[in-house]
Amino acid sequence: MTLQPNNRKNGLSNQNFPYTHTTAKTAVSTLKRTVKIALTGIALIFGANAYAAECAAGKTLKEGILTIATGNPAYFPWVMDNDPASGNGFEAAVAYAVAEQMGFAKENVEWTSASFDESIQPGAKNFDFNLQQFSITEEREKVVDFSKPYYSAAMAVLVRKSAVDNGAEATVTSLKELKWGIDANTTALKMLQDNIQPNSDPLLYDDNVNVTEAMKANQIDAALFDLPTALYLGAVVLDDGVVLGQFPADRSETPDQFGLLMEEGNELKACVDEAIDAITANGTLAGIESEWLQQTTGVPLIK
Amino acid sequence: MEKRSTARIAFEKKQKRKGVAIATLSSALLILALIILIPRTPGWEKVQSSFFNSDILIKTFPSLLKAFLVDIAIFLWSLPAIAILGLLIALARDQKAPAMFPLRILGIVYTDIFRGVPVILTIFLIGFGIPGLGLPRPWNSPYLWGTVALVLTYSAYVAEIIRSGIESVHESQRGAGKSLGLSEADTMRFIVLPQALRRVVPANMNMLVALQKDVALLSFIGPVEILRQAGVHKSLMANFTPYVGAALIFLAVTVPATRYADYLLAKQHRERS
Repeated sequence: MTLQPNNRKNGLSNQNFPYTHTTAKTAVSTLKRTVKIALTGIALIFGANAYAAECAAGKTLKEGILTIATGNPAYFPWVMDNDPASGNGFEAAVAYAVAEQMGFAKENVEWTSASFDESIQPGAKNFDFNLQQFSITEEREKVVDFSKPYYSAAMAVLVRKSAVDNGAEATVTSLKELKWGIDANTTALKMLQDNIQPNSDPLLYDDNVNVTEAMKANQIDAALFDLPTALYLGAVVLDDGVVLGQFPADRSETPDQFGLLMEEGNELKACVDEAIDAITANGTLAGIESEWLQQTTGVPLIK
Repeated sequence: MEKRSTARIAFEKKQKRKGVAIATLSSALLILALIILIPRTPGWEKVQSSFFNSDILIKTFPSLLKAFLVDIAIFLWSLPAIAILGLLIALARDQKAPAMFPLRILGIVYTDIFRGVPVILTIFLIGFGIPGLGLPRPWNSPYLWGTVALVLTYSAYVAEIIRSGIESVHESQRGAGKSLGLSEADTMRFIVLPQALRRVVPANMNMLVALQKDVALLSFIGPVEILRQAGVHKSLMANFTPYVGAALIFLAVTVPATRYADYLLAKQHRERS
């Protein structure tokens, strides 16, 4: 775990070296850079990072290694190409940012996969934390621990163009008439029952792919997903997908917030929460969000 | 002589009593050991709250029972279709006339395919595939095509069972039918099938039990039956107790059915020997 600060130190001395051979002008700028790097290095060594590394010491599954789980397959835009170790994709990037904040360098992060059921079953876990768009709910909280939220999801309605042609609109009255399909492992079902109360019972499926398959087969008109997933499915998986409307993320009733899932009573929780607070405060999280999650402003609000 | 035999009867009675006593004792010891030992395992408390949580069971049980009605409905309307299709395929495979050769081949290919493909794959392929061809509602309902998938799979099994029944009826019976002037169809209908079907009742009872469980697989393509309902509770509460509740409901139906099948099998065995 001390690897990272050491690396930074080496970086510093390398930076110092060319100083003696350069002209005054470049020497000043090099000096400036050196000071900047030195300050960052000191901040990293003596600041939050060193503290965080200490915080996580001895609390991970494997000493010095942070084991992170996600779904297999993991979906766009959360993890790109089902390869979380690349750091590409919103959740992969968040995972590495949290790990770094906790004092784990990229090479000290190991990935594993866990299904929803595996993650909530009692007993020891094969991960330190798990992120795959787990919504934090009071009832889940009784069985597992969640970190502070790293993303607030707006819920969005995905339909096919044919539904729009048939007059479906982003109003609750119009949405009631539709035949709904929901991924049964998500909190979308409760959302649907609370906010839309459709006239016919929804059909339920195991994952996104089956929901979109049922849409293609015209067995259902509409489905409810978190907005980034809906945008992806509408653009890539369905030829004629339309994201009809969204429920805003900051709604007071049943907000949907994603948290890192940990074993109940995991000692790491305090460190993870601290890391999430830190990357939220310094803008890292917002940066990752704007890098990986599409602009979501074009989708109308549901009235 | 008589005295000796009563002594033997008394001895056998005593042996039997002793046997019952030992069986009772050993069962009691085993159950006691399980009751004492399992709660002592380190993870028991967690397992208990995750799988055997009485609050959650009470809260979810009514909705599970209601969802089970969907299972029963699918089961009931699949049953006659499976029986009829199974019988037809068995008859197709029994065709001996050369002109009927294509029919026989068809029967063989059918049973090979639908017994060879896992039920869940058939359900996915037919449940999503055929409606995907562009059928209008309600003809693309997952209930309809899921049922079709179950019927196709189970009729393949039932056809094989019935065929084994038909083949178990001795050839001389057909000869006897012929000598009475019955046509081949009439021989099959009045002589062979009544015996054959009676013989395969226990085997078909087992298929019944299996079908009752496999109905739950339809949940994969949308219908909210008991397994899915339990899954929804599981997901929202992060607790597996609803699955245990669903298992109890299944057992309440399948255990009597299995016992009855065993009883029939034993009865048939007695009658034959």
